[in-house]
Amino acid sequence: MINQYETVFIATPVLSEAQMKEAVEKFRKIITDNKGEIIHEEDWGLKKLAYPIQKKSTGFYHLFEFKSDSQFINKLETEYRRDERIIRFLSFKMDKHSIAYSEKKRKMNSESKAKEA
Amino acid sequence: MAQNSSEIRYLTPLAVEVKKKKYCRFLKNRIKYVDYKDAQFLKRFLNEQGKILPRRITGTSLKYHRKVGQAIKRARHLALLPYVTDMMK
Repeated sequence: MINQYETVFIATPVLSEAQMKEAVEKFRKIITDNKGEIIHEEDWGLKKLAYPIQKKSTGFYHLFEFKSDSQFINKLETEYRRDERIIRFLSFKMDKHSIAYSEKKRKMNSESKAKEA
Repeated sequence: MAQNSSEIRYLTPLAVEVKKKKYCRFLKNRIKYVDYKDAQFLKRFLNEQGKILPRRITGTSLKYHRKVGQAIKRARHLALLPYVTDMMK
């Protein structure tokens, strides 16, 4: 059953920029290897956490929006748990309202970028 | 004597609490999805301590109140919103 999912994960701030990119690349590869199709990707960069996680008060946030098979999510989550650079993750199955919402937001962003350019 | 007591004049006119009609903002603006990533919007449903405001204060309908609750708990999990804090606003 192909569904649309959205997953956000927080990486430890100890990572250098390169390691952060490598971690993101690793998860992107995992998704595409298992016949997942990435629709949208956002990098919020270094953000202050509302409460310290594992004694750290900032973290790299990254968001993936993708379509994939439902069995794949378990694999993805074990991958997250196994990787010690990721301190927290949340995956979320998108219903039709959230899909419409994200498309609308993406259209607005692209329009605003077009206006700026 | 009795006459004086009936004529009680107040210094300031009595502020009659006008009952503001509460409405559900989700039904009014036809918002269908509460985004857990939008911390700024969710903060309106939290009080100073970061607790979720009851429906009777925010006036949202039950269906959307549950969606807001779900979104706030997800935002808390992702450390976008604190579980408990003192001066949030």
